[in-house]
Amino acid sequence: CLSERRRGQLAALSIAAVVIIVGVPLWWRTTETYRAWLPVNQINELANLQLQLSADVEVVFARGTVTPEQQKKVPTQVVISLCLFCSSPLEADLSLHTLSESPCGSLVVYVIPESSTLLPEDVDVYIGQRRTALLRIGAQMRVGRTLEQLLAHLEPRIKQVLQVMSFSHTDITAALSDRVRLSPGNKESIADSMRAFKSSPGYEITFSLLNPDPKSHRVHWDIEGAVQTYIQPLLTKLAPLANFSIDSQTLYYAMLGVNPRYDSSRSAYTLNSDSLAHVINPVEARLGSNAASSNPVLNFLLYVPDAHHSPLHIHDHKKQEVLSNAFHSPRWGGIMVYNVNGFYGPEAVFPVDININMAKVMGVFLAQLRLLLGVQSSAPPPGFLVAPCSSTGLADWELDRLMWSRTVENVATATTTITSLAQLLDQIGNIVINDNIAQQVSSAVTSLQLAVAELEAGNLGFALQYSKEAILASERAFFDPSLLHLLYFPDDQKFAIYIPLFLPMCVPILLSLLKIVSEARQKRRERQAKKD
Amino acid sequence: VHLTISQSRAASSANHIQPLLVDNAGQFFSSGHTNNWAVLVCTSRFWFNYRHVANTLSVYRSVKRLGIPDSHIVLMLADDMACNHRNPKPATVFSHKNMELNVYGDDVEVDYRGYEVTVENFLRVLTGRLPPSTPRSKRLLSDDRSNILIYLTGHGGNGFLKFQDSEEISNVELADAFEQMWQKRRYNELLFIIDTCQGASMYERFYSPNLMALASSQVGEDSLSHQPDLAIGVHLMDRYTFYLLEFLEDIHPASKTNMNDLFKVCPKSQCVSTPGHRTDLFLRDPGSVLITDFFGSVRKVEITMETINLTDPIKQVEQRKYSYVDQLPVSEIIHQKPKQKDWHPPDGFILGLWTLILLVFFKLYGMKHLKHIF
Repeated sequence: CLSERRRGQLAALSIAAVVIIVGVPLWWRTTETYRAWLPVNQINELANLQLQLSADVEVVFARGTVTPEQQKKVPTQVVISLCLFCSSPLEADLSLHTLSESPCGSLVVYVIPESSTLLPEDVDVYIGQRRTALLRIGAQMRVGRTLEQLLAHLEPRIKQVLQVMSFSHTDITAALSDRVRLSPGNKESIADSMRAFKSSPGYEITFSLLNPDPKSHRVHWDIEGAVQTYIQPLLTKLAPLANFSIDSQTLYYAMLGVNPRYDSSRSAYTLNSDSLAHVINPVEARLGSNAASSNPVLNFLLYVPDAHHSPLHIHDHKKQEVLSNAFHSPRWGGIMVYNVNGFYGPEAVFPVDININMAKVMGVFLAQLRLLLGVQSSAPPPGFLVAPCSSTGLADWELDRLMWSRTVENVATATTTITSLAQLLDQIGNIVINDNIAQQVSSAVTSLQLAVAELEAGNLGFALQYSKEAILASERAFFDPSLLHLLYFPDDQKFAIYIPLFLPMCVPILLSLLKIVSEARQKRRERQAKKD
Repeated sequence: VHLTISQSRAASSANHIQPLLVDNAGQFFSSGHTNNWAVLVCTSRFWFNYRHVANTLSVYRSVKRLGIPDSHIVLMLADDMACNHRNPKPATVFSHKNMELNVYGDDVEVDYRGYEVTVENFLRVLTGRLPPSTPRSKRLLSDDRSNILIYLTGHGGNGFLKFQDSEEISNVELADAFEQMWQKRRYNELLFIIDTCQGASMYERFYSPNLMALASSQVGEDSLSHQPDLAIGVHLMDRYTFYLLEFLEDIHPASKTNMNDLFKVCPKSQCVSTPGHRTDLFLRDPGSVLITDFFGSVRKVEITMETINLTDPIKQVEQRKYSYVDQLPVSEIIHQKPKQKDWHPPDGFILGLWTLILLVFFKLYGMKHLKHIF
C-alpha cells in the first residue's frame, strides 16, 4: 500500500497530466475560430491581372474597291453589291441589316469606293445605328495600287473607327478611374467618369412633377404612357447591363430654393448657371426614395413654374438661353423647367388645366438619362458622320461601348474586392470565415477567370454576364455582416482575460510539481550519500 | 488592347491629384466629389451628458442648413435628452444658455437612437456590413465620389472612445474601419472631427489616404465644457463644438472659407485645451479645401445641351385595377394564431402563499395568537 505522500504525489502528477494532455488541446480547439478554406493562390494570381480585350471586326469590300485579281488574294473576302445609288447612307445601312445580324461586341466595316455618292463630300466614315460602318477609300488609293498598299491604307482608318465604336485606351482607363486616379490627361473623360453612375446591378429611376402653384395650374402628365413609349425601349435594350425600376410622383408646393431674377429685355424670369447648383438641395429633402433597396437613384424632375414667375428660362454662363431649358447634376439626375404660360391667356379662369407635351419632356430626360448612364457624349473625330438616334435612344454600338467599359469596371472592382478581402482575412486571425463566405469567394474567383477568358475571346455578352456574377458574389462576400471584426484583442487584454481563469488552477499544480521534483532530487542525494 | 491591372494598394497614394483647372461650370474638377455624406455620433448616455447630444445636434443643424439632406446624414444619438424625464423644457435641446437656440427643432431625423448606438453598429455603418433588412436611411451609401464628414463626441481617453458607458472603440479599430472603407472606395475624401478628452489620440493610427482629422484636445489634456444653464441644470455644450458652431453660423452655401480657418477655431485661450489636426494623409492642400466641401452639399451642375427628338405617339397603357384584398392579405392577418401569453401563476396563489406563511408562523409561536385575527 502506498504512503500518504506517495498518493499525494501521484495525484498531483495525474492532475498535471490531465491538464496538459487533455486540457490544453481542448482549450485550443474550443477557442479557435472556424475558418473555411479560401483559394488564396488563385486570388494572388488575380492580383496581377492582365486584361486583353478583343473585338471581332469584319471588313467587307464592296464592288469597285478591289480588282478581280486582288479579289482572289484577299483572305477575308465577302464581296457584295451594295446599294451604291441609294439616296442616303441611312437607307443603305438599313438595307444591309437584312443580310446579317452581328453579335454584340463585333463590328462590320463596309469599304466603299471613292467614287460612290453615298456619303457627302467631306465625310469619309458613316457610323450606322447598329454595328456597321461605311468607310470610303481615300482619293490617293485610286490607280495602280496593290493589295498591300490598300490594306496598309485602310488599317489606321479602321482602327480609328474601332476607337469610336468599340473602345479606346482612354475609355478603358476612365472606366478604371476609381481604382487609379490619373493625372488629368483628358478632361472630358474624367468629366464623363464623374458624371456617370458607377456600375451597379440595379438602378431606380424616379420621375417627379413639381407643381408649386396648384391654385393656378392643374397639371396633368401621362407619365405611364410616356415611360412605356419612350423610356422603356431604352431600358429594355440596357437589360443586360442592369435592372431598372421606375416610379413617379407629383409634389405640390415644392419651390425651387433660388429666387429667379426678372430680365426685362426678354420679359422673362431667368436662372443663371451659378444659382443652379443651389436649386437641388432644398428639393431633394422632399423627394422620397424606395427604402427597400440600396440601388442608386436617378431623379428626373419636371418643374412647372408658378404663374407669378412664368416664363422661367435657364441661362448659361454666356447669358444665352438654353434651348432645352434643363440641366443635370452628375450622379444625381436632371431637372427640366417647363413653361406653361403660353397655354392660356391673361383672362383665363384659374386653375387652368394643362396637359404636358410628354414627347418634348421625355426627349430631354432621355438625353440626360443617356449621359448619366455613361453613354459618351464626346464629338466624333472630323470626317465622321454618326447616324441620328434611333427611337430607342441608343445605337447598338453605343450599347457595346457601354458594355465594354462596364465589363472592365466590373472585373477591376471585383478583383480589388476579392484581393482586399483576402488580405483582410489574412491579417486578422480572429475573424470567423463561414462556409457561405468561402463559397461566394470561390464562385467570384471562378466568374472572374471566366470573364477574363471571354473578354480575350471577344464574346462581349458572356463576358458582361460573368463579370456581373463576379461582382455580385464578391460584394456579397465582402459585405457579409458576419465579417465584422470587433475582435481587436491587444495582447495585454488577452492576458487580462486568461490569467484570473488559469492562474489559480495552475499555481497549486506547479507548486506541487516543483515539490515532487525537489523531493526526488533530495532522495537521490540521500541515496548517493548512503552509497558513499 | 492590352492592359495591366495590378493591385493598386499604394498606387492611390502615389498618384497625386494635381489641382485641376477651374472650369467655367464652377469648380467641376477642383474637388472631385459629387455628393456629401455626414455621420454624426453621440456616444454617451445619462442626463448629465446632455452636452454631448447638444454638440451632435448643433453640428447636425449646421450641416442640414448648408444643404446636406437627411437622406445623406446618419445621425446616432445614444440617449434621448429632449424627451428625458428630467428635461424641464421637453422636446427641446438647447445649445446656448438662456435657451437661445433650440437645436432639436421640428425635423430632426435620428437614425440610430438609444441602445442602437453601439460600437458594432457604428463600425457596420462605416464598413457597410449591415444586415440586408436594414433600411436605406440607416445605411451609408457613399461611393468613390463622396466626401464624408464624421463627427464623434462623448467621453474618451488615450486611444479609445467610450460608447454607452459600457464599451469602447479603440483608435486601431477606427483606423482599420477607414482602411476598409478606402479599399472599397467608399469615400473620396473624409473629414474626421472628434470632441472628447484626449481626442488627438483617436487619429494617431490613421493610415489610409485622403483623411483629414481635427480633435478638440491633445493627448493628456481634457476637453472642457462650456457653460451650464441654471434652469436646465447641466452643461449645455462643450467648448470646442461651441466655437465650431459659432464659426459655422457664418458659413453659407456659397462661401469660400477654407480649412485653414477651421484649424484656427477655438484657440487655447478660449478652449483651455489645445485643438489638434492632422493633414499629412490628405492629398490636397488644406488651403484649397472649402468648408462647404464637407459641411455643405454644393452640387455640380451641367447644362443639358442635346435633346432627342421623339416622334412616336404615346401608347395607351391599360389601367390596372387594384383591389384592396390584393394588397392587404386580410385572411392571413385575421387567421393568425393567438399570441402566446406569458405564464402567470394560478389565481389565488399569492393568497394561498400568505395563508401558509401565517399558519407556519402561528404553529411556531402558538395558536393563541390566531384568535386575534379571526
